[in-house]
Amino acid sequence: MILIPCPHCGERNSNEFSYIGETKPRPPVDADTAEWRRYLYEKRNPAGWTTEQWFHASGCRAFFFAVRHTVSNEVRWTGLPGEPIPTEALS
Amino acid sequence: MSWRRNGHAGGGDRPPTYSALSLLRHGLVHDDWPRVWRRVDLERRYDAIIIGAGVHGLATAYYLASRHGMRHVAVVDKGYVGGGGSGRNTAILRSNYLTPEGVRFYDRSVQLYRTLAVDLNFNVMFAPRGHLTLAHNDGSLRTMRWRAEVNKLQGVDSEVIDPEEIKRLVPFMDVSRYTRYPILGALYHPPGGIIRHDAVNWGYARAADALGVQIHQNTEVLAIRTESGRVTGVSTNRGEVSAPIVVNCTAGWASLISEMAGVRLPIITHPLQAAVTEPVKMFLGAVVVSGSLHVYVSQTDRGELVFGASTDPYASYSMRGSLEFTEELAGHVLELMPSIAKMRVLRQWSGLCDITPDFSPIMGVTPVEGFLVDVGWGTYGFKAGPAAGEAMAELVATGSTPRLIAAFDLARFEEGRLASERGAAAVGH
Repeated sequence: MILIPCPHCGERNSNEFSYIGETKPRPPVDADTAEWRRYLYEKRNPAGWTTEQWFHASGCRAFFFAVRHTVSNEVRWTGLPGEPIPTEALS
Repeated sequence: MSWRRNGHAGGGDRPPTYSALSLLRHGLVHDDWPRVWRRVDLERRYDAIIIGAGVHGLATAYYLASRHGMRHVAVVDKGYVGGGGSGRNTAILRSNYLTPEGVRFYDRSVQLYRTLAVDLNFNVMFAPRGHLTLAHNDGSLRTMRWRAEVNKLQGVDSEVIDPEEIKRLVPFMDVSRYTRYPILGALYHPPGGIIRHDAVNWGYARAADALGVQIHQNTEVLAIRTESGRVTGVSTNRGEVSAPIVVNCTAGWASLISEMAGVRLPIITHPLQAAVTEPVKMFLGAVVVSGSLHVYVSQTDRGELVFGASTDPYASYSMRGSLEFTEELAGHVLELMPSIAKMRVLRQWSGLCDITPDFSPIMGVTPVEGFLVDVGWGTYGFKAGPAAGEAMAELVATGSTPRLIAAFDLARFEEGRLASERGAAAVGH
């Protein structure tokens, strides 16, 4: 069981949320098919700190970002889209 | 004592046999149980290095040595033999998949498993008890029918059966119409069954070792060295090793190993939890799977019920169990078999699954020459071990991709020709 602090609702059990996936930069609109396919399929899948998107499906239904450690499952930052991620959360 | 000498030999073509008399003597005296495979120093150079000493890595090494005469091969693992997914799965074998490529491939694996005990000279306890995939709604019944027809076209025994027949096969199942998810039918696959997964790992390790393959446990790969687009070797915690071919057979950790060679994979690692009950008298013949209820259950030869579920719904490398898993699992199992309510769960565990977007594996070459992958095994890696090992060995030895695995190459994602097994690969997708 992991607890995820929703930016609106506070700490909730992970089964209230839908995991969307790791964030990555979107290719430019005129990128070719191969680049879009790489964007679609290739994953970093790191064992460590990563920035990802979650959806509070059984709560406030907000999409938000989280900085989570994929080995310990510790979440050290969550924030809504547009909120800058503090640099100490990313290191 | 002769089998012990043979066990250390490494020159003969057949794995050594066991002597009942010698086993009995050792069982009584308990002195000096001989090693089943050698412990040797890591050499500086091999013809091929296989990363991951699970069923895939060991089978690849075994078939390389036995079929292609490539014996100067090292299998390295940061842990111990069969410590990853190969020792954590629920040991179910079947070939009732959805795509023709998938059915052909997994059927080859079941064929190899059938004679594995004889080939390896090791009792792997294969029990083809039959495999039932339950349908609780029209949609899944339609998929079962589809799978049955694809299977029959490929010569694989599969048929859709009705609730009465399910009741005949599994008398303890609640097939009444008054449950939350009534059972409408099932895909029945008689050749499916269970096997002793550890024995498969040990059998392959022992047989490969007897042919001269070196198995290095506690040997962690820290980097993969490449030179102008070609792999040249690996750096390990025990020193540098060079080899013209490096095969990645690391399942849940596949992304991390491939990243070392600069190859990014379309894989997300999810934990998958399983649990086992106290042993009871044999009552459950077939393997029972329910996609809608996210559960599969079988009874081992020891009498324990082994349960598996769907993967945890987020990417993680954590192998800790969770309470919500056991809670949900118990609820779903009791819906199928209310009479086992008083059985106690002995333990639960978790393993890592390397899930691909189309629920098919990734086998073959990568943009880095000499760096091969046998990954993306998600929730179906153990049952594929022998066929994957056989095909990967052929690829390593001959340099050309066998037809059986051509559809599962890494380039399919960039070229947009996925092999979707979403409807048949696991539960809960």
